[in-house]
Parts: sequence; structure tokens; C-alpha cells
Amino acid sequence: MSQATALAAGPSLLRRALSHPLSWPLLALALLLLGNGLFNPGFLALEWRDGRLYGNLVDIANRAAPLILVSLGMTLVIAVRGLDISVGAVLAIAATVAAWTIARTTAGGQAGLAPLLLAIAAAMGAALLCGLWNGLLVVKVGMQPIIATLILMVAGRGIAQLVSDGQILTIYYAPYAFLGGGFLLGLPFALFVVVGVFVALRLLLDRTALGLFVRAIGHNPLAAHVAGVRARAITLSLYVFSGFCAGLAGLLVSSNVASADANNAGQLLELDAILAVALGGTALAGGRFSLAGSVIGALIIQTLTTTIYAAGVPPQVNLVVKAVLVLAVLLLQSPEFRARLRALATRRTGRPA
Amino acid sequence: MSAVPLRAMLRPGGLAWLRRDPRLVSLAVTIALFLGMSAAGGVLYDGFLRPQVFLNLLIDNGFLLIVAVGMTFVILTGGIDLSVGAVIAFSTVLLATLVQHHGWHPLPAMALVLALGAGFGGLMGVLIQRYSLQPFVVTLAGMFLARGAATLVSVESIGIDHPFHVAVASLRIPLGGGASLSAGAAIALLVVAAGALLAGMTRFGRGVYAIGGNEQSARLMGLPVDRTLVQVYALSGLCSALGGVVYTFYMLSGYSLHAMGLELDAIAAVVIGGTLLAGGSGYVLGTVFGVLVLGLIQTLIAFDGSLSSWWTRIAIGALLLLFCLLQRLLARRAG
Repeated sequence: MSQATALAAGPSLLRRALSHPLSWPLLALALLLLGNGLFNPGFLALEWRDGRLYGNLVDIANRAAPLILVSLGMTLVIAVRGLDISVGAVLAIAATVAAWTIARTTAGGQAGLAPLLLAIAAAMGAALLCGLWNGLLVVKVGMQPIIATLILMVAGRGIAQLVSDGQILTIYYAPYAFLGGGFLLGLPFALFVVVGVFVALRLLLDRTALGLFVRAIGHNPLAAHVAGVRARAITLSLYVFSGFCAGLAGLLVSSNVASADANNAGQLLELDAILAVALGGTALAGGRFSLAGSVIGALIIQTLTTTIYAAGVPPQVNLVVKAVLVLAVLLLQSPEFRARLRALATRRTGRPA
Repeated sequence: MSAVPLRAMLRPGGLAWLRRDPRLVSLAVTIALFLGMSAAGGVLYDGFLRPQVFLNLLIDNGFLLIVAVGMTFVILTGGIDLSVGAVIAFSTVLLATLVQHHGWHPLPAMALVLALGAGFGGLMGVLIQRYSLQPFVVTLAGMFLARGAATLVSVESIGIDHPFHVAVASLRIPLGGGASLSAGAAIALLVVAAGALLAGMTRFGRGVYAIGGNEQSARLMGLPVDRTLVQVYALSGLCSALGGVVYTFYMLSGYSLHAMGLELDAIAAVVIGGTLLAGGSGYVLGTVFGVLVLGLIQTLIAFDGSLSSWWTRIAIGALLLLFCLLQRLLARRAG
């Protein structure tokens, strides 16, 4: 009897676990990490040395931090049927503004933490302005999101070069290095930034009606508006939030490499972010979204990159693998493709599903 | 395309057509912008208004023009193709490898490259059409795939020194008065003519406009919507591959990093040329002027000499904004 219930519970538990939206991205990440662990036994090892945690896993999470942040912003924009392809350019603007501010304030002889705070304020201010600009074009002017953010994507790197005067700005200021390269309680500080943003976002979305509103706007903007959801204000603020995330990522990136490259910082980041969001199970057509999924998606992308470097395969393969991944995820999300698969499966087993 | 606006513009009766067809306003603004910028250049800089300066616009932007014509068709259906720059890069690399390392004559190599480009575009079209995937994301994947494939063929830049290829590349078609046109620019002009005919005079062209106007209605009218959509992406792939061939004439090399970000320039040219991003309205002639305006910005900055290169990007962004706002304004008035 008890054995029978256990047998019955086994598959249903498995089925329930697999039907959870996060199970597939998690499975993919676990398989990637396990595969790496099999081929390279030291890959999964963690080591506590000099009061810090070392290991590939920490490294992957640390390197993925900027992408995770940008993906969080992108998830919410996509959830309300938008898109923000300017994130790479906004990251470059924030990075150069931070580097420029530090160069100016430290040259003036200011010491202590003042340049750090000024740089963070200036960079985040610029990033928020960029987000506001995108949001206004989408909400007030009524442009298509791709085009509205395309404008900043094209002009943004020009603006960043204008700030940096076409140079790669090097940062000679020790306190700034803590943001992207420092350690707190033995873990990279960037991870605390990511966790902070993620937890704040979850609290805001789940403990208030905001999450419900975002889903409502994504499923049907008109119905949401009629139901009294302030769709325009929420959409606008989500674009501002996407700019905020890109700005934070810009701080982390420029701090990590102690320089800001207006041309190459965050290059193709928008594509990686969209890929991370899609991998995490967020519907690209809007409505259904998963913040945790996007985090896992970003981790998958970074693990893939690390794997390809570790395996000694030419790094160019990365692009091809990503392309195949996007297409696979897209096809699995497509109702038409699923119907076709189901039809194929039915024909093979010879009984209706 | 051009048959309609040209006839409308040449008609006696002044500018009355402007009020009757707001779609022509965008085109008129683009052409006026081009003429105004040329005039400003002529006033500001010596030697700006020489014919060769304008022919150089075509020579330096021939590949962009070809790609933008293909992009016009895609955008007319309400889609977008982000893979064009990557397909150019792949085409240049494949062509260079075949010619330099495998002893192919450039002509069969070009034929193969063109076929592959069309096939690749068609494949993306099938994914977009059959599984109703978003064109934006599918062509994004196509961009990764083509760029990645290009680097897999060769990471290093490959110079092309085949005598036939060099001869075509250095060919200059004299136009009198010391002015001349390159083979690439001539090909681009032929593509423009073919694109204009295809859009304005054929069943395929009418299908493209109908789909962009309202896909549901086009389907109900019995137009072959599915086939046309696939063909449009195949056409864009073909144009990109041809753009790649012309690029090898221009640079005499194949490199996986060629034409980085060209998709943005192509989209900008189409938008500045007055084609509605929602689809259904626009002209190939407008795209030509869109490309010329982009080229003129670079020429003006080069002539000035004191402005830095990044002003190009800012100017293109500002123009994009201007034309998007204009489109919204016109759409609001028409609606």
C-alpha cells in the first residue's frame, strides 16, 4: 500500500516539478555545471583562502553580475510588451560618466570618499535620464519600443564618446575598485548589489499590486487601462528602471576593469540580456515573466562562455551556440511548433494525447 | 515605388499632392533635407558641390544602399532584419576564403555566396512565418549565427588579390567631366532600379504593401501571404550577400568584423527615407535618399575636419528621432 502510493507519488511529483516554469532553465544550468564538473574535476571546487571564497562558481556569478542586473530591467520592460535595445549604450554612458567624474574630482585634489559618491550619483543620474528618455518616447510619443530605444542605441555611444573625448578613460582611484572587484564577507561585492536589487524588486512586485499590474498590462494593455491600472505611468517607470539597471551594470563593469571604453563597454549586451530573459521562460510577447528565470538565464549564458573558454574551443563558437539556443527556446515557446511536435508524438505512439 | 511619387511630383498644379497624400510628405522632407544639406555644404566648404563628391556618396555607400533596398521590403511588411551586417561579413569571409585558399574563380564563388545568402534569409523567413516568431528575435539569432559562422571560417582578415577581382574593384566607369563611378556603385544603382520595379510594378510588390497594411485583409483577399513573407526575407538575405560581394570590391578583403552595426545604418536609412516602421507605406526611392543623407553627414563631417567622428552617430540618432516624430505626426493627422 505505502509502496504503491510512493510509486504513484513519484511520477506525479516529478511531473509537478517539471511543470514548474523554472525547472527547465534550472535543469539546463545544472547540466552545464555537471558536464563541466565531469570533464574538469576542479571546476566545481570552492576554496576558502585569505578570508575569501574562490572558485569557478563564484567567478561565474561575479562575471554574470552586470548581465543579471540588465536582464532584470529587461524582463520587466518585455513583460509590458516593450523592449529596450539601448542598454549596452546606456551602460557605456554610465561607465564613461563615472570615469569622467572621478578624473575631474580627483584632479581637483579631493580625497576620501567624495569622488566615489559623486561618480555614482552622476553615472546613475545619467542612466536614469536615459531610461526616462526611452520611456517618454514610448509612452508619450507612442513610438514602437524597438525604434524608440534604437535612437539611444545609435546615438548613445556617440554621446559616451563625447564625454570621454574618444579616449578610453582609465580610473586611478582605489575606492572605486571596490564596487566591481571588492569582497564583502568573503564574497564579491557585486553579488550583494545583484541580490539587493533582486530582493527589493521581488518585495515591490509581490508585496504590492505592482506585479499584478505589470502582468495585466502585458496581457492586454487596453483592458488594464480600462480596469483602472495606470498603465502609462507604470510602463514609463519600468523603462526608467531598465536604465537604472544598465547604469548599475556600468558602474560594476567600469570598476572591475578600472577603465571606461565608450566604444566597446557593453557591446552586444542588449542581445545577451534578451537571450537571458527568453531562456528564463519570460514570454517575449509580454504578460508572463519570471525574474528568477532571467537570473538563471544570465547565469546559463555566463557558464556557457566560461565553459567554452575552459574547453579551449575557439571563443567564436560562443556566438553560434547562443544563436542555436535562442532559436531552440523560441521554437519551444511557439504554440505552432508545440502543436506540430504534439502531432508528431501522437502519430508515433498511435494514440491521441 | 518611384513611378508613383515622381508622377505625382511632376504633375502640374504645384504642391497640392502634398495635402492629398501625406505619405509623400515624408519623402518630400527627406529629399528637401538632402538638398538643404548639400546646399549648406556648398556654402560652407570649397569644392563641396563637385559631381564627384556626390558620386563618392554612392561609391562609399554602395553596399549600404543594396542592403537598405532589401531592408525596405522587409520593413514594408512590418518586419525587421537584424542579420544584414553579419551576412555581409560572412559573405566577404567565405568569398575571400574560396578565392584565396581554395583556388576558386571569383564568379562561381560569388554565385555560391549569393545563393547561400538568399537561402539563409529564406530559412529565417520560414521560421518567422510558419511558427509566428518575432522577426526581431529570429533575425537576431541569425545575426549571431552568421557572425559566428564567419569567425569559424576565418578569424583573421583575408586579403583578396585575384586579378579578376582586383580588376573589377579598380574599374572606374567614366561619366564625363572627370567624374566616375565604381563597379560597386553601378551594381547598387541597378539594385535600386530592380527594387523600385519590384515594389511598384509587380504582383510581389503589391503583396508586400498589402501585408504591411493589414496582414489579415491581405489573407482574406487571397494574396499568397505566407509565400510572400518568406520571399521577402530571402530577398533581404540575397541583398545582404550582394552587399557583401560589393564590400569585397570596396575593401578587397574578407573579415568577420566587417560591417559591424551596419543593420542600424540600414534601418536608419529606411526610416529617414520615409518608410513607416509599422509597414505598408514607403518607397525604395525614399531609402535611396535616406542612404544619401547618411553618407552626406559623414562627408560634411569629413569636410569640416574639426568635428570628431562620434558626431556622426549623434547626428544619425537625432535624424532618426526627427523622422520618427514626423511619422507619428503624419499618422495622427491621417488617422
